[in-house]
Amino acid sequence: MTSTSTRDLVSQPYKYGFVTDIETDKIAKGLSEEVVRLISSKKNEPEFLLNFRLKAYRHWLKLREPNWAELGYNEINYQDIVYYAAPKQQDKKKSLDEVDPKLLETFEKLGIPLSEQKRLSNVAVDAVFDSVSIATTYKEKLAEHGVVFCSFSEAVVEHPELIEKYLGSVVPSNDNYFAALNSAVFSDGSFVFIPKGVECPMELSTYFRINSGDTGQFERTLIVAEEGASVSYLEGCTAPMFDTNQLHAAVVELVVLDDASIKYSTVQNWYAGDENGIGGIYNFVTKRGQCRGVRSRISWTQVETGSAITWKYPSCVLQGADSVGEFYSVALTNNRQQADTGTKMVHIGPRTRSTIVSKGISAGQSSNSYRGLVQVGPNAKGARNYSQCDSMLIGDQAAANTYPYIRSQQPQSAIEHEASTCRMSEDQLFYLQSRGIGFEEAVSMMVSGFCRDVFNQLPMEFAAEADKLLALKLEGSVG
Amino acid sequence: MIRPDAELLLEINDLHASVEDKPILNGVTLHLKAGEIHAVMGRNGSGKSTLSKVLAGHPAYRVTSGSVRYLGRDLLELEPEERSRLGIFLGFQYPIEIPGVSNLEFLRVSTNARRQNKGQGELDTFDFDDHVRERLQVVQMDPAFLERSVNEGFSGGEKKRNEILQMALLDPVVAILDETDSGLDIDALRIVAGGVNQLASPDNCTLLITHYQRLLDEIIPDYVHVMAAGRILRTGGSELALELEKTGYDWVDQQLAAEGVG
Repeated sequence: MTSTSTRDLVSQPYKYGFVTDIETDKIAKGLSEEVVRLISSKKNEPEFLLNFRLKAYRHWLKLREPNWAELGYNEINYQDIVYYAAPKQQDKKKSLDEVDPKLLETFEKLGIPLSEQKRLSNVAVDAVFDSVSIATTYKEKLAEHGVVFCSFSEAVVEHPELIEKYLGSVVPSNDNYFAALNSAVFSDGSFVFIPKGVECPMELSTYFRINSGDTGQFERTLIVAEEGASVSYLEGCTAPMFDTNQLHAAVVELVVLDDASIKYSTVQNWYAGDENGIGGIYNFVTKRGQCRGVRSRISWTQVETGSAITWKYPSCVLQGADSVGEFYSVALTNNRQQADTGTKMVHIGPRTRSTIVSKGISAGQSSNSYRGLVQVGPNAKGARNYSQCDSMLIGDQAAANTYPYIRSQQPQSAIEHEASTCRMSEDQLFYLQSRGIGFEEAVSMMVSGFCRDVFNQLPMEFAAEADKLLALKLEGSVG
Repeated sequence: MIRPDAELLLEINDLHASVEDKPILNGVTLHLKAGEIHAVMGRNGSGKSTLSKVLAGHPAYRVTSGSVRYLGRDLLELEPEERSRLGIFLGFQYPIEIPGVSNLEFLRVSTNARRQNKGQGELDTFDFDDHVRERLQVVQMDPAFLERSVNEGFSGGEKKRNEILQMALLDPVVAILDETDSGLDIDALRIVAGGVNQLASPDNCTLLITHYQRLLDEIIPDYVHVMAAGRILRTGGSELALELEKTGYDWVDQQLAAEGVG
């Protein structure tokens, strides 16, 4: 290509790469039983939670970091990470007026205004900065409906019985290496409880921001939908640009009872490192939902565009009869990014159904793998799965892999898998350009066309944003 | 329609171009004035399609020397999208399929890019819907094709109609139609040719690139150029096409051999 050519545009600056200059209460680097106790005591946690952490920590010591994913990265030094960092401020903020204006400004810059006048009208937001939640909007309005939406730390104080009942019930503290680590040192996150029969009146959203350079973020999200309840929840994430790698190891647990549903959407835009692969977030996340009740439903939608490393398999355990699991994913990698992501659909109950639609886009020298498991147990008579995995390659140095695992112990079940790979061609781009459509817009049109099935699943407010985000990420990567 | 006082729209002078360092065009000179219809004929590999791609700005073709002036501008300086917005249109021999991109949306974005350049306002989805339905009649195309992905699963004939529909929407100053007749049955050929005739006006010009006389039975050219070995070997009126139909291209080989080229 001529002037709109490749590399000068690749270095499109990461819009969210700024650092907020704020005084932080940080503990010393390193991980030990003392650190686990210190985190727990900083948060005045009840006994059961400290025990949960300690058990996880002791188990973690016995585990080894998994290496089966299609990922290559430098060894993580777990003693070189700060496990707790919080902006210094008054202990408890009664209202937003008391939140440090610098923090409010930060979130406003990220496009998440929190103040009464500017906040999004139809979305309640929990804003998490490094290790703590700094504000949650619309809490009172939601409370009128019996909906609990607050930071995890607050939930521990105000609803300890719910936390004790559900924490670790979907992802046990010994589930895997990163889940165990998270269980030991998690700092904050969001808690959502939708009581029986309630349809949550607005979108809920948590926005995660890593600010400190040497801090890991270990957030914990727990969402419970009781019988007949429903909620749509979205998480967003960004981080400043540092030339070191930061670790993000989150755990998300969803519990869905009879006839209830949770729609969980993610727009992940952690800093991805520069074009040479320097810096960026290591994103090791365990997300799992359990359809415990009959006719319950969990739908995961993810748009993964950031992080140097993504290791993430949002899963559904379909326990209740006739329960439904869905996974819609767009994973985009550029430059030196690596993603190994997919889902697990575990069919336990009869007539359980699952749908997997995965769209991987690899540009630059990146590597993008879909890894998914469809498992049908002996009691899942009449279970059905449909999987579709499409990859789009941009340029000639990117890699796309698909690893579908299928295990069925039930002859009366149906599993379908379709996969395709295509390349965005110079001729397609030229065709659009020769019709007056600029190069960047042509790329973006083709990518959003490729991802349409997934974007259609996003809450309306965010679908357009996801479209723009992808276009931005790909600028100049073709040609 | 030849008029002595007509404005010169496209001026190709001694154009040389190559693909992967292999010269394909070896000095093409061609002047197109308003109101004129030109046909470029020649065998496979004569450089006809390359000429059309170079004029539209395909990145795989490199111009090594010569010039192309379009309405007083250096056309070769412009990006493909700028050329389109300024009124250059290439009807593709093999229109490209673009899965997932809605034909209607594509046509709208494309039309608005051109309209903006002409100082006309953008059409919103509703106005565009009316506009495109009216234009569909030029090629008697079924509106159902608007709802599909760009050219995806279209038959050869449907793809060509979609090209002429785009031409009808973009209202070009210079329309270059590369083998528009290929893959068309006689009915579809008449429809497509009818569309091209309808769109030709005293203000624009058309460059038809074709193998066969049969398109020229439907669209009568003012000039016929015979291309071989990357240049125009002979120019005449519409009767030249009929002569070629009779005598074939053997004389071309003889002429090239005499010149020591072929």
